[in-house]
Amino acid sequence: MGATGSAVSRVPGADEIQKETGFSSAHIYRLYDRFQVLDKDDNGVLSRRDLQSIGELAVNPLGDRIIDAFFPNGVETIDFRSFVRILAHFRPTEENRQREPNASEPLNSRNSKLKFAFQLYDQDKDGKISRAELLQVLRMMVGVEVTDEQLESIADRTIQEADLDGDGTISFEEFKKSLEKVNIEQKMSIRFLR
Amino acid sequence: MWLGNLPRSSSRRGTYLFLLVFLLGTVLPLGVASSPDSHGTDAPQDTKHEASNGHGHHGNESHTAVKKAFPVLNFEYESVRLPFEIALWILLASLMKLGFHLIPRLSSFVPESCLLIVVGLLVGGLIKIVGEKSPVLHSQIFFLYLLPPIILDAGYFLPIRPFSENIGTILVFAVIGTLWNSFFIGGLLYGVCQIGGKDLEKIGLLPNLLFGAIISAVDPVAVLAVFEEIHINELLHILVFGESLLNDAVTVVLYHLFEEYAGVGSVTFLDVPLGFICFFVVALGGVFVGLAYGLLAAFTSRFTTHTRVIEPLFAFLYSYMAYLSAEVFHLSGIMALIACGVVMRPYIEANISHKSHTTIKYFLKMWSSVSETLIFIFLGVSTVAGPHSWNWTFVICTLVFCLVARVLGVVGLTYIINKFRIVKLTTKDQFIIAYGGLRGAIAFSLGYLLPPDHFPMRDMFLTAIITVIFFTVFVQGMTIQPLVDLLAVKKKQETKRSINEEIHSQFLDHLLTGIEDVCGHYGHHHWKDKLNRFNKKYIKKCLIAGDRSKEPQLIAFYHKMEMKQAIELVETGGIAKIPSAVSTVSMQNIQPKQKVTERALPQLSKGKEEEIRKILRTNLQKTRQRLRSYNRHTLVADPYEDAWNQMLIRRQKVKQMEKRMNNYLTVPANHPDSPTMSRARLSSDPNAYIPKPKAGIPAITVDPASPQSPESLNLVDELSKRTEEEEEEGIVMKMHTPSTDEVFTSNNAEKEQRLMRCLSDPGPHPEGEEEEPFLP
Repeated sequence: MGATGSAVSRVPGADEIQKETGFSSAHIYRLYDRFQVLDKDDNGVLSRRDLQSIGELAVNPLGDRIIDAFFPNGVETIDFRSFVRILAHFRPTEENRQREPNASEPLNSRNSKLKFAFQLYDQDKDGKISRAELLQVLRMMVGVEVTDEQLESIADRTIQEADLDGDGTISFEEFKKSLEKVNIEQKMSIRFLR
Repeated sequence: MWLGNLPRSSSRRGTYLFLLVFLLGTVLPLGVASSPDSHGTDAPQDTKHEASNGHGHHGNESHTAVKKAFPVLNFEYESVRLPFEIALWILLASLMKLGFHLIPRLSSFVPESCLLIVVGLLVGGLIKIVGEKSPVLHSQIFFLYLLPPIILDAGYFLPIRPFSENIGTILVFAVIGTLWNSFFIGGLLYGVCQIGGKDLEKIGLLPNLLFGAIISAVDPVAVLAVFEEIHINELLHILVFGESLLNDAVTVVLYHLFEEYAGVGSVTFLDVPLGFICFFVVALGGVFVGLAYGLLAAFTSRFTTHTRVIEPLFAFLYSYMAYLSAEVFHLSGIMALIACGVVMRPYIEANISHKSHTTIKYFLKMWSSVSETLIFIFLGVSTVAGPHSWNWTFVICTLVFCLVARVLGVVGLTYIINKFRIVKLTTKDQFIIAYGGLRGAIAFSLGYLLPPDHFPMRDMFLTAIITVIFFTVFVQGMTIQPLVDLLAVKKKQETKRSINEEIHSQFLDHLLTGIEDVCGHYGHHHWKDKLNRFNKKYIKKCLIAGDRSKEPQLIAFYHKMEMKQAIELVETGGIAKIPSAVSTVSMQNIQPKQKVTERALPQLSKGKEEEIRKILRTNLQKTRQRLRSYNRHTLVADPYEDAWNQMLIRRQKVKQMEKRMNNYLTVPANHPDSPTMSRARLSSDPNAYIPKPKAGIPAITVDPASPQSPESLNLVDELSKRTEEEEEEGIVMKMHTPSTDEVFTSNNAEKEQRLMRCLSDPGPHPEGEEEEPFLP
């Protein structure tokens, strides 16, 4: 990695990205490499088709949703910075961060990770997971052998368990609460992105 | 020591006295019975006459050749001696366990293992007083009979997820930690021996290293015994416990290596890489053997549908064979056993009946509990009986070096490991890991196995080993609970996984796999996902019988939950409690208990109650589909089948009509259901019977598959709708044809038979939601 210095300088906006996401320069370089590999037509941005060409994502039940998560607000292409910003959610959480008083929450905090996951459920962006959205996700994860009634009961049981204010949907707070025992910092982190 | 705690109340005193008398009463014949035959035939018989309590046999023997009266009552002990002794020992052990839990305060601050060792000491002392030779824990008995049940129990119920997530850390601790420990202790002891005194000087480097290898291994039995009582959080538990299991491979290799060469006297340089290779062979070989037997067991269980009764036997036998086969080749038997248990469990559980599953679980727990008790008692007995040679320097140094080595090892390794871990180990964690390094009976047995001719200092070794074991079990075992509380270490979460957690965990797994793919990174999730897919595609098809192979994990989890809830429902005797229990049982964050008692439960009319009871009964049976062929008789033509089929067909029609109104799902309609799905659907019936929620109840009653648009669940509407439908429902249910009524009230066996044949129908639709009432 002797050429890191010059390599990183090739990456557009490396410094801001580093500050925003907390990745080290080595990581940014690696991710830029990957970005370029994915960028088939070499125009410096990724389109949906580029991501869809990843084989394993096609077999992943949540593949479409994951790809959608990379293209927020209906944009057609993303640049490297947005790419890295999404991936920054999966950086392992540091235990003792120095919190500047007016700094925004880091992208890889537990809250941000959960928010990211929540957004994958919540397609209409109303801040709540409705029964229909839950059913959709369940249907994707479970495959066609399971019948609707069964899924519906599962969905209903899920909402029953999590719903505290009784509105029949799961809000972000309820989502967080239902996962309070799960070790999100470990579960939603990729070691590569240390 | 517990005699000193005699309380005031006479009833408790009575219990103690009873225990004491029984202890004496069983111990004396035990000790006497265990003595070898060297006394000759007469003496044992006499002493047995004296010591036996309540046998009431009259010795009526005479060895003359004169024709004697036909002996009405005879006393012949020799032929049953061995089984009698064994049974008596096990009985004693179990009674001791009972006794401890009768003593209220003691069991809370003294771990059971300590008490058992003390009992062993007492028993050993008593036997010695009586003058008989006490039984010693023979290594063969220990390794062949006492250890396997404990390890199998541990392996079969090993929590896979935390284990595999932390496997790197566990391996580092097990392998490198144990190596470090043994060399450190062995080396330093050699140094001490050299400067020690003249009797210590004779001990060479190799015996010292061997001793180091024996004493350094953390013992799974002791760790289990102590850690189970302190309820520490999952991560620490699995780290220490996993380490104690996996260090067996290292111990085996080092032990055999040093034992071989201690006889010869020196180790050449060639042997070091050989030892290294040997380690891999031992470890991986053991795992491989376990894997093979595990797959065999899973495959066999596929065909046991007609012989449910012997299903548990296969699980036990294959595992035991794995252990023995590994021991034949000097591979690691413990790792074989663990691998076998881990591999066969998912497939066996999918194949066998519910009752076999319970049988396996309880037999394993029972055997491992008995084994553990016996081990500790025997440890105490052997301490009193065994040959001892006390040497202050050696013993104290051993103790000190053990502790120091453990602490240094843990701290050093954690420093390295933390660079690779996502969730780092804190200092508190490290302290608990270091403190939890208990030694136990494995070390003692390995020491006992040493041949005395090669190792003249064996007695001293044994003494030192026993001292270390006592120290770790007593001091560390007793103080770890207060320390855990003092340091406020995170405890084990008591509540079971909710279905939310299950769903979201799977969701996150998929998400992480996807993100890893985007990054182009072959990480933990990637391989786990690949393994799962491979499993699903090929292995499950071979090893799981019938349609259960297609059942997704989420559904299986959901079934288990439903089943548990239904059983809970019935157990709480709560037919009237259905409204409260069903909606609150699975909600952990709502205040369930108080609400249940305060709420004025709706008075259901007798007819409705009866219907609910019937539905519940049927649901319980249907969820217990696993014991499909539990009755051994073949299916007979069922007179009620027609009525049942009719009802099912009607329900199916209704459901199809209902389906047309649900247009938001794009999934193709009816598939022929696997038995599990109809079972699950039927099992969701309790949901449908959340009747009449009162206003102000925090629980939601959700109407599964209601005809109205499912996008918005309007609570108020739901409530009002439910109240109307309740009436409808009541009417609807009363209109069963008499034959279906009888169907419901007929006995279990027939119902199950019937169910088997009706399973091709999609099951009954949850009642009460359809527009058309269910009319005959």
